[in-house]
Amino acid sequence: MRIGSPKETYAADEGLFRTRTQWAWFGILLLSLVLFPFLSNLYWLYLVCLISIHVISATGLNILTGYTGQVSLGQAAFMGVGAYTVAWLDNHAATPFVLNLLAAGGVTTVVGMVAGLPSLRVKGLYLAIATIAASFILHFVFLNWESVTGGARGMNIAPPQAFGHELANADTFYWLVMPVTVVMVLLAANLFRTRVGRAFIAIRDRDISASVLGISLPVYKLMSFAIASFYAGIAGGFYAYFFGAINPESFPLLMSIFYLAAVIVGGLGTILGSILGAVFMTLTPELLRYGVDVMEPFVDDASALLSPVRTMVFGLLIVGFLLFEPHGLAEIWRRVRRFFHLWPFRN
Amino acid sequence: MSILRVDGLSLAFGGLQALRDVSLDVAPGSITAVIGPNGAGKTSLFNAVSGFYRPQAGRVVLEGQDISRVTPPRRAALGLGRTFQNIALFRGMTVMDNVKLGAHVRTRTGPLAAMWYLGPARREEVRIRAEVEQEVFDFLEIDHIRRSPVAGLPYGLQKRVELARALAMRPKVLMLDEPVAGMNREEKEDMARFILDARDQWGLTVLMVEHDMGMVMDICDQVHVLNFGEKIAGGTPAEVQAHPEVIAAYLGSDDMATLRERLRGERGAA
Repeated sequence: MRIGSPKETYAADEGLFRTRTQWAWFGILLLSLVLFPFLSNLYWLYLVCLISIHVISATGLNILTGYTGQVSLGQAAFMGVGAYTVAWLDNHAATPFVLNLLAAGGVTTVVGMVAGLPSLRVKGLYLAIATIAASFILHFVFLNWESVTGGARGMNIAPPQAFGHELANADTFYWLVMPVTVVMVLLAANLFRTRVGRAFIAIRDRDISASVLGISLPVYKLMSFAIASFYAGIAGGFYAYFFGAINPESFPLLMSIFYLAAVIVGGLGTILGSILGAVFMTLTPELLRYGVDVMEPFVDDASALLSPVRTMVFGLLIVGFLLFEPHGLAEIWRRVRRFFHLWPFRN
Repeated sequence: MSILRVDGLSLAFGGLQALRDVSLDVAPGSITAVIGPNGAGKTSLFNAVSGFYRPQAGRVVLEGQDISRVTPPRRAALGLGRTFQNIALFRGMTVMDNVKLGAHVRTRTGPLAAMWYLGPARREEVRIRAEVEQEVFDFLEIDHIRRSPVAGLPYGLQKRVELARALAMRPKVLMLDEPVAGMNREEKEDMARFILDARDQWGLTVLMVEHDMGMVMDICDQVHVLNFGEKIAGGTPAEVQAHPEVIAAYLGSDDMATLRERLRGERGAA
């Protein structure tokens, strides 16, 4: 139960975490993220690294689509730009990975802003189509600019080096990707405590009203595209390092839809939603695979029968979320919290 | 010397002449109303002044500066605030965030500073919060709902939050599009008091469109009357009430005695 949380200064009341309980939970989360690699196996570390990459990208897309209301189906292609930037630098310049990742973010930011230009004139479905066009153009570039991208063969990327170690496997890569993910999620959360984040939401909710309040729509829409693509670029860079090889088919349109589904299932316009959505979209197929393994002894020809069933169940789960929980997993989480705030006096 | 001047404004949508050579002056510190029957062009005039419509002819001058070719956000930065006829709050946000958005033009934090939320960004947020709390929330008596999402608030309160958001801009000229439409008598009286107090406390100038004749006659210094896109009269409330063309526009007849009766009756009601 929580009984108010009095504050003496406005600064305290503007905090990201406003109660001790919230700080405590955040501490527990960080601690368990630190302890996780010691308590788990390589398979789970691999999954968590993958989730981390998805969380970064989904957070970026949520800033653009969930908060600013600009539907984008180009997130995977933007990740591709980041991945190819890292790959090119790794193959041609041999610069340290930190620099490569930042360059990936930078290059993708510029590409994303150019791809975002149609948003100045169109919105909604029309913008979604425009971003699909951008993602096809980028795919074409990946495939045909052979001198830079290696064409259909793609490129190989050496694992990042830190302090003389190769971060080649999930158990070491974790220590690179997880801290960056935590920082990037916190940065995104901070954004929405300030005028910039509020301007994004204002554009989503009522753009005419926003411009009367002095918010320049072109500036803030492009800024939103820039931030979303920066996140995509970083995520793409990690993707390249994590898998060690990329080709034009690594970043299909389906992957953009995957991210859009992740932010919708997680909760549009919530930071927590990006995390929960990415976790859900990555883990559910894995858990369903476990389910198939359990069923195996009881069904004839299980692997052939059950893998399509797994895909269908996954699809049904997404449809179920759209129907029954349109505000996503983040809303469920909020309801649970509210219940415990009032418990045991009301339930 | 007027703070806002509209000079020979003409606006047409295809063959429809929404505004025809409309001119009016708004004196600093005054409360000026634009009235007229439905479809007279009042809201078109507002949209032209705040920059959403590009008039074919005429100028809008704010504090001696021609702003006819300036975008709506720039006009906001120059000191032109406005509210909308149908409430235009940001429904996904709390009252607090809505009102803080009003202060957007007076703050500077960029995206990078915002994401790290250090030093200047933090100080600016706290400063805005303090201003909003001490000046706007107290003044409009909405401090009890600061954390509520605006979507669930009753209509009268939403109107008040929209006024709060406009006041947080600290505009020089505040344009109110039907501030008391759809309110009951008590809410209307509150709103009239807030408008008068805002004018007195911050010295702002109010330009409003309003259908409630009682309120217009009670609190306005100047009234301009539009009909079919043309300005047919302008002056003090008393002058306008006596103007035969105004009476004809409202009643479509020359039965002046009846209209005077009606106006007097409504004045009592507000």
